[in-house]
Amino acid sequence: MKILVCISHVPDTTSKINFTNGDTTFDTNGVQFVINPNDEFGLTRAMWFKEKQGASVDVINVGGPETEPTLRKALAIGADTAIRINVAATDGFQVAKELAKVVQDGAYDLVIAGRESIDYNGGMVPGMLAGLTGANFVNTCISLDIDGTTATATREIDGGKETVKTTLPLVIGGQKGLVEESDLRIPNMRGIMMARKKPLNVVEPSGAGTETNAVSFEKPAPKGAVKLVETVDELIDLLHNEAKAI
Amino acid sequence: MSVLVYTESENGVFKKASLEVASYAKGIAEMMGTSVTAVAVNGGDTAPLGTYGVDKVLNIKDAKLAAFNAAAYAKGIAAAAKAEGAQVVVLTQSANAKYLAPLLAVALEAGYASNVVSLPESASPFTVKRTAFTNKAFSHTEITTAIKIIGLGQNAYGLKETSGAAATEDFSPELGDFGVEVQSVDKATDKVPIADAEVVVSAGRGLKGPENWGMIEEMADILGAATACSKPVSDLGWRPHGEHVGQTGKPVASNLYIAIGISGAIQHLAGINSSKVKVVINNDPEAPFFKAADYGIVGDAFDIIPELNEKLRAFKAANS
Repeated sequence: MKILVCISHVPDTTSKINFTNGDTTFDTNGVQFVINPNDEFGLTRAMWFKEKQGASVDVINVGGPETEPTLRKALAIGADTAIRINVAATDGFQVAKELAKVVQDGAYDLVIAGRESIDYNGGMVPGMLAGLTGANFVNTCISLDIDGTTATATREIDGGKETVKTTLPLVIGGQKGLVEESDLRIPNMRGIMMARKKPLNVVEPSGAGTETNAVSFEKPAPKGAVKLVETVDELIDLLHNEAKAI
Repeated sequence: MSVLVYTESENGVFKKASLEVASYAKGIAEMMGTSVTAVAVNGGDTAPLGTYGVDKVLNIKDAKLAAFNAAAYAKGIAAAAKAEGAQVVVLTQSANAKYLAPLLAVALEAGYASNVVSLPESASPFTVKRTAFTNKAFSHTEITTAIKIIGLGQNAYGLKETSGAAATEDFSPELGDFGVEVQSVDKATDKVPIADAEVVVSAGRGLKGPENWGMIEEMADILGAATACSKPVSDLGWRPHGEHVGQTGKPVASNLYIAIGISGAIQHLAGINSSKVKVVINNDPEAPFFKAADYGIVGDAFDIIPELNEKLRAFKAANS
């Protein structure tokens, strides 16, 4: 089974979020970039398929050279080959379209993407990729098993979970649950050394256009200070009369 | 040329989020000088949709669609959009809506903006404000395609009553291959899902152990709220994974979020930031959560919560 894991290069959660160029671009100054948290769970699950079922695992990112350290981390975790599509990611559709060509050319059976990235929160790349390639699609995927060409997956729904059956080729929008937090793979010294020798192939983009354009950004108005109260009675009074929340 | 809105129902009853997107669709329709058509799957009484701005309902009645299927539902909504010549399609941000939205976008070659928080700032160029960087910023996003799909953030717009009535007709589009088959559903029928909840009561490691959750469930019961928990509590197995709220868990956009014994790690705050009023109860005055809260009590949850429950119970009895 050929697996492709999509890796988004995102600012670490604790990053200060600021904008430059007249509030049109995210300010990357001093920002640490990491593998998108939702993608990490998928990558570790892919390692399981590699070790237990002999799957091959490639990782892919759409971005400029600055994303290569993040792809190397994914190689250090155990992926076989990294692919970087050499173009800045501009919107969800453009990313999905660029990925679709590689997926089709590479005849991947399973694509594991994160359900959403923590920077732009579009939540659309996995589903659009499935739509563009004609693959089956399971979103908010919290468990996945493959037997031949049959896939059994569980997805998180509002108020619970649902188990589904489908077939390859398949795209999933993965998240926490694919593996337990405590089972997440982290690169060790050996992995990091080996990653240096693994192929990181740069491919030129197919030139996909965008459907949306983030014109400008804005930070929320600064929050007022918390109102601390001493008694339960005061709290209930404020929630009812001031906040109108109860 | 109408605005199309996908209105979700459960056992035929339209959810509150559906009435909110209907109100929002009506707001857009007024901006564009057009009408609102709702598309429903196995919808029951459509009168509530009329009350919230819908002029016409296309109801897809099909037993095969009793269980949600993203590919089939997306196909049906796409067919409705084409039949109506819709230029704008509005969806909620429920798990199912987020699942079908990208498939719908590909079917309609439509740009999609998720987590939208208000009406379009202009019709041409068509620009909407949405959240980004997991609630730390907003982006003003232009959708440049002929058809535009908007995913409206939960609780972002509110309900706006009109005096209208919705004319309902049956609609039978081609649904194509389902591709994915539901085997089983595990859903608590007596609990409020976090995604639909007006009030969420959440607790963390400060509760010291799973055996202490009775008072949390009691508060949720009194307030008709959903229960939630922090990531460490979920990882420790004290509470089910489905209760984990935060960046890698579920987002919360309720009216009221009560956090008990939760310190307020950045990943947690990111996920719950869209809730309107935040109350923090923690015995550590330095807990970072107090900086993000609207109201707070510094103190021992084991003293405060039982008293709060007793007084909330009395309050609810006196005010319902």
